[in-house]
Amino acid sequence: MEKRYIKDRLRRSMMFVPGNNPGMITDARIYGADSIMFDLEDSVAYTEKDTARFLVHNALKTLDFGKKEIVVRINDLSSGLGVRDLEAIIPAGVHVVRLPKTDSAQDVIDCEREIARIEAKHNIPVGATGMMAAIESANGVLNAREIAHASDRLIGVALGAEDYVTDLKTTRADGIELLFARSMILNAARSAGIAALDTVYSDVNNDEGFLEEVSLIRKLGFDGKSVINPRQIEPLHRAFIPSEKDLRKAYAIMDAIAEANARGSGVASIKGKMIDKPVVIRAQRLIALAEADNVVEED
Amino acid sequence: MTDELLRTIPHLDEIAHRGPFAGTPAKHTENFRERSARENKLLPSLEDAIRATGLTDGMTISFHHHFRNGDHVVNRVVDTLAKMGFKNLTLAASSLAAVHAPLIEHIKNGVITHIETSGLRGELAEQISRGLMDFPIVFRSHGGRAAAIRSGELHIDVAFLGAPSCDPYGNANGYSREEGGTIACGSMGYARTDAKYADKVVILTNRLVQYPNAPWAIPEYDVDYIVVEEDIGDPKGIMSGATRYTKNPKELLIAQTAAQVIDAAGYLYDGFSMQMGSGGASLATARFIRQMMLDKSIRCRFALGGITGQITAMHEEGLIDRVLDVQSFDLDAARSLKHNRFHHQIGATYYASFLSPAAVDQLDFVVLSALEIDTDFNVNVLTGSDGVIRGAVGGHPDTAAGASLSVVVAPLTRGRIPSVIDRVNTIVTPGSTVDVVVTDQGVAVNPRRPEVAEKLRRAGIHVCTIAQLKDKAEALVGRPDPIRYQDRVVGVVMYRNNTVIDVIRQIDED
Amino acid sequence: MELKKTAAAGTMESGDILITIEPRTEGGVTLELSSSVLQQYGRQIEAVIRETLAGLEIPHAAVRAVDKGALDCTVRARVSAAACRAAERENETWEAK
Repeated sequence: MEKRYIKDRLRRSMMFVPGNNPGMITDARIYGADSIMFDLEDSVAYTEKDTARFLVHNALKTLDFGKKEIVVRINDLSSGLGVRDLEAIIPAGVHVVRLPKTDSAQDVIDCEREIARIEAKHNIPVGATGMMAAIESANGVLNAREIAHASDRLIGVALGAEDYVTDLKTTRADGIELLFARSMILNAARSAGIAALDTVYSDVNNDEGFLEEVSLIRKLGFDGKSVINPRQIEPLHRAFIPSEKDLRKAYAIMDAIAEANARGSGVASIKGKMIDKPVVIRAQRLIALAEADNVVEED
Repeated sequence: MTDELLRTIPHLDEIAHRGPFAGTPAKHTENFRERSARENKLLPSLEDAIRATGLTDGMTISFHHHFRNGDHVVNRVVDTLAKMGFKNLTLAASSLAAVHAPLIEHIKNGVITHIETSGLRGELAEQISRGLMDFPIVFRSHGGRAAAIRSGELHIDVAFLGAPSCDPYGNANGYSREEGGTIACGSMGYARTDAKYADKVVILTNRLVQYPNAPWAIPEYDVDYIVVEEDIGDPKGIMSGATRYTKNPKELLIAQTAAQVIDAAGYLYDGFSMQMGSGGASLATARFIRQMMLDKSIRCRFALGGITGQITAMHEEGLIDRVLDVQSFDLDAARSLKHNRFHHQIGATYYASFLSPAAVDQLDFVVLSALEIDTDFNVNVLTGSDGVIRGAVGGHPDTAAGASLSVVVAPLTRGRIPSVIDRVNTIVTPGSTVDVVVTDQGVAVNPRRPEVAEKLRRAGIHVCTIAQLKDKAEALVGRPDPIRYQDRVVGVVMYRNNTVIDVIRQIDED
Repeated sequence: MELKKTAAAGTMESGDILITIEPRTEGGVTLELSSSVLQQYGRQIEAVIRETLAGLEIPHAAVRAVDKGALDCTVRARVSAAACRAAERENETWEAK
């Protein structure tokens, strides 16, 4: 079956684009985000849900987004809007459906059932559409592991911090308030072998604060982050570029492996020290990340 | 000395002289202050000054555009000329703005029959595009105008020049180092050419200061008459407090790419020279250039042209050694011109005339905006996508020709209007002087510069052809229906050497 | 699709188009179009509006369109949304790409 999504791909940045703004939808592709997420949920007024659905449907069908991953955030199913959103976007060719306010594995399963039904209706191979789950409550965080494992379609789990801190009876601060949620979501994602995506940083004029948060989530192990302003994409990607020193080390490791393979030996070493498997994996990831940044998108 | 004695000089007819010395006029004895009050070039009214110049029907009058959309001089002078009954005048301004719409009436009643300018906007431009004038408007670049004035192709009979400060003898400037406020426009570079070559020069000033008004943009020996007028312009229209960097993410993206292109092409080295246009993206390029300069620990030898607060801030932090200012775009730039000794005021000839080497010829790179670019790299900055005049030639062709690397920046589309098209509606800057086009959706290098394309590729910049950019725009917005024109020519566009490069025709409407 | 009331969709922002549809029982589709890019794209905008209405099986309607440089896909989306609102119904005919 041909899938619309690639499970394991670079997702340093997922750019939010309000679903009822034609100008922003048209321009979305130019800013270099790894994924573009058209939003039918919070950025669309309740009275404009219908018009946004038409707009995103037509944009997905008509506009050329190159090789970017196209995500649509739907309204949650309990609102009654979510299914109507799915009816509009699945035939239009969305790659990944982002489910908001995911509290349990059942939410994922319910959504998947609807997606499968709509795929079948339009003769789209069932399973072609990917999913990701945004976790935005204490319940969701505690169920993170089950959520991450709830469907094969899941490409990742994401943290939605605004609702979550409200649920916790706190507010966004220096990041300590999100440490548990981030750790839970990250470990859940890794346990399921999918991506972990961090929440937005909403103060677009605070470059320093943004970079601090990026540095933190990178250290924790996140794959990337949602962004609300295109200006955040370039610094975000820059922060994910490995340092020259780390990169040199990674290339040396891969050279040693290649050399050992050429000798017919399974054991590679650098400066007399044997190279462990995790070291190789880390080196490979580092190089992939560095090369991703140099890749120019041909279209 | 007597005539007899003079005749004893051998080869007398080959020595330039004005006869024998015959004594001196009586010397002044009153003091300097009394003298400046009595003997000066001040006339009580504009009408008196006009009469004194000997202006007659059919002559050419000129104006500068340093007051931009705040200018009150053009309308005030032409209103007065109309009341005095003048007809058939040629109005040769360094540029015109939307504020000059009242000229429409004076064109209809025959006071103004010819116009020369760099640019035209607003209602006047709309009506001229629809056939208001019998005689086509002549558009020249800033350098082309300076050259035409110097060569006599554009002969100015009387220049009416607004000046925010002037002394009783005519030393005039766009600011003043005297205490106290006045409206200021900073540099008066374009007015210098008019003052030097016009037969008669009238300064209109709102601020008479004591002699000597130093430094001056215009020296007293170029000035014939001075009129004090309370209102020569609206400070709010002349310039804003500070030109802000754009926050538009698309413009920032273009600006960042432009800076990367300049760096990759090898023009960011210690001691380089540059000019930035005034559009959002070209202006914002300075911000990224600045960061690159800090990272590389290099300095810029000089920045040229229309100057903004961004450039003067870099000058003040020691990143730019010299500023050559033909036109100050904001109050920060005007303040810098007043206070910084290495921020120099230059005239239009020095800036961009093709008749002799000019400052534009020393540019490493220039970043320029564009309304349209075609697949031959020709650029239009003069007529809108509907064929109506709404722009200015400015220094665009001058700097594109002079700079080693001319970088033209534009969004690939504006709303539904594509910027990269098959054929620009009006050629202002020929493609043979345009090196790189930077859009939000790709960079194209003129095939004339394969070495630049190669350097950009090696730096990881995705270079495509200009035809690919055009196709990309068309795929997004569709192919526009062509603008309908009538045969009648309403504007003639001169290249900087004053050859005719294109014409503008009257638009055809239902 | 049967129109029941006058309805509108879209905005006056740059890149958008505001479509107002009024039910008619005869006279075909009348269109009143104003656009910032009328000369270059007026013909195409009109064609897309008429095509979209025909696809929705709306033979008669009075349409007013205020265009601010919308792309074809936006015109199509706004016409469809306004028509559904005028018909007081949900769209049930989403077509695959």
